Amino acid sequence: MLSIYKVSYKNLLRKKTRSILTIIGVGLSAWVLASLMGFNQGYEASLNRDIDNMGFQVLVTAKGCPYEAATLMLKGGTGLRYMKESITNLVLVNPEVDKVTPMLMHAVFDPNKGESGGMSAYLGVDPETFPKMKSFLEFKQGKWFTDSKALEVVMGYEAAELEQREAGDILLIPDKNIELKVVGILKRTGTQDDGTIFVPIHALQKLFGKTGELTGLGIKVKKDANIAKFEEKLYELPDVQVVSLAQVKQTIMNLVSTAKVMVFSIAMIAILIAMVGVINTILMSVFERFQEIGILKSIGAMPWDIFKLIWIETFILCILGGIAGTGMTFGLSKTTEFLIRKLLPYTPTGSLIKLDFNLIAMTMLTVLIIGLVSGIYPAWKAARVRPLESIRSELN
Amino acid sequence: MENQIAIKAQHLKKIYRRGIEEIYAVNDISLDIQKGEYVSFIGPSGSGKTTLINILGCLDNPSSGKLSIGDKEIFSEGKTLSEKDLTKIRRELFGYIFQKFYLIPTLTVLENVLLPSTFYKKDGTENHASELLNMLGIDKRKNHLPGQLSGGEMQRVAIARALVNYPQILLADEPTGNLDSSRSHEISEILKDLNQHKELTIILVTHNMELARTADRVVELRDGVVKL
Ligand SMILES: Nc1ncnc2c1ncn2[C@@H]1O[C@H](COP(=O)(O)OP(=O)(O)OP(=O)(O)O)[C@@H](O)[C@H]1O
Ligand SMILES: [Mg+2]
Repeated sequence: MLSIYKVSYKNLLRKKTRSILTIIGVGLSAWVLASLMGFNQGYEASLNRDIDNMGFQVLVTAKGCPYEAATLMLKGGTGLRYMKESITNLVLVNPEVDKVTPMLMHAVFDPNKGESGGMSAYLGVDPETFPKMKSFLEFKQGKWFTDSKALEVVMGYEAAELEQREAGDILLIPDKNIELKVVGILKRTGTQDDGTIFVPIHALQKLFGKTGELTGLGIKVKKDANIAKFEEKLYELPDVQVVSLAQVKQTIMNLVSTAKVMVFSIAMIAILIAMVGVINTILMSVFERFQEIGILKSIGAMPWDIFKLIWIETFILCILGGIAGTGMTFGLSKTTEFLIRKLLPYTPTGSLIKLDFNLIAMTMLTVLIIGLVSGIYPAWKAARVRPLESIRSELN
Repeated sequence: MENQIAIKAQHLKKIYRRGIEEIYAVNDISLDIQKGEYVSFIGPSGSGKTTLINILGCLDNPSSGKLSIGDKEIFSEGKTLSEKDLTKIRRELFGYIFQKFYLIPTLTVLENVLLPSTFYKKDGTENHASELLNMLGIDKRKNHLPGQLSGGEMQRVAIARALVNYPQILLADEPTGNLDSSRSHEISEILKDLNQHKELTIILVTHNMELARTADRVVELRDGVVKL
């Protein structure tokens, strides 16, 4: 049995090169489209992930207190300001808060470090809350301490290298003559955590006489909370400063949205070009086959049959193009990422383009709609061919 | 069956306008064609042969006059059937062959013959296609593409395509126009055979006197009128 689909398909084989070029055109635009949609999904996700990797979106410190280890180092370990531990409760009453983790920073001059001595940064953290917030931290050796009073430490990757410590070794705090046991060493993170020595918070408070005091409070905000409003509330607390990563993120997202509009316009243009290409190809083949279409009419084809025949041809072109485009999207996703990275002001570390089934379904749907729409005019044109016109035109 | 009228034409006219000039391509032609009759039309170029048989075959409408096929009135003084109804009549009753064969180059011989059945299917067309290819002596070529055939073979494929849906009337406009004399002879044998053994009504247009004479009746046209 000969089906109309087979006839359509074989019609496309007549001008193979032309059909293939059209398919490539559709494929390219499907590729741009899928990559764009994948980027839309992926960029924000990986930006969020980057920011989540900081563990908390808001940091509260005492007014004037340096909140970065680097600043602390520059100041030679001085200039730290302290808040009362009770601030934790004041923060926790806010409904926006998901989790908090108290921190105490301390820096000590170590004369044995390097050639002329150096600073060692200690961070007192709460074993209950801190590891959960920074769950992405991975261990090279050992694991977190569990008792907030224990005389144990976890060392960042570089700190451990510098001090040449392994899990199970002893670490001596200069001047204090107190031995701490190294229970874990972190993998490299590329952040300031690498140079930090983590100590259970209550142990550190006691060691340096800062009982009941904190230098920072990390706050993880609930997913849908209004962060801006929450920050304003925090400012009402006495003598604190608020450092917000959400602001940083917002700034980045704003920058990116301009780029998004640009990429989106490119995708629209690509779709238009694909449509014009399809219309052109099919229209040309309709004109070339005018007489033949007339014959089809004379052998019994209704206008709707001819319409279908031509429409199916555009469908086949577009579906094959969609498949080719999907293939390109997956095959070239690394290249696409590279191109997008060059285009954007800031790019997170994770993969920028997120491809999934939905995305492919969306792309195929779009391509199908392109086919549907592009096919209408040529198919209508062909359907209107009168059997006679075409037979007549042999005379001319 | 005997002497039943297949096509009845009365005072058919077809006027073409070229600017202010009016061309009477068909100028008041009346004629009857019996069921099972084999009629050929001859005449010089431009005498209106194609115009006339296109009207008789419901491919074109006359400017005025009446046309009935069997007992169905097709055209009557300016009133015509809808394009859809015309298509129904054409595919039910007619088969057409032309000087050019219009085979689809990417479909095989068999597929080309089966092509009408993708739009309109009478029972048993599948077998009928093979039978026809057999009868026309091209069954060995059924899986070949048209490009691999000779002109005569291509016209035979076109004839099989025209016949696959069991038409009652075969309309042939210069079917041998593209063929040399021995191929033409083959086609004329086939037409004669179809007329005699399948009781097919045949309306033929040709320049070829030898071919025209194989018909039961030869009608000569001159300037849009029947020359008596
Ligand atoms: N579409 C048209 N528009 C204007 N004039 C036409 C048209 N079709 C045919 N004619 C004219 O009508 C007349 C009859 O043409 P027709 O094609 O019927 O002749 P014919 O007998 O088939 O000629 P030939 O043997 O060359 O095929 C010619 O003068 C032709 O120029
Ligand atoms: Mg003619």
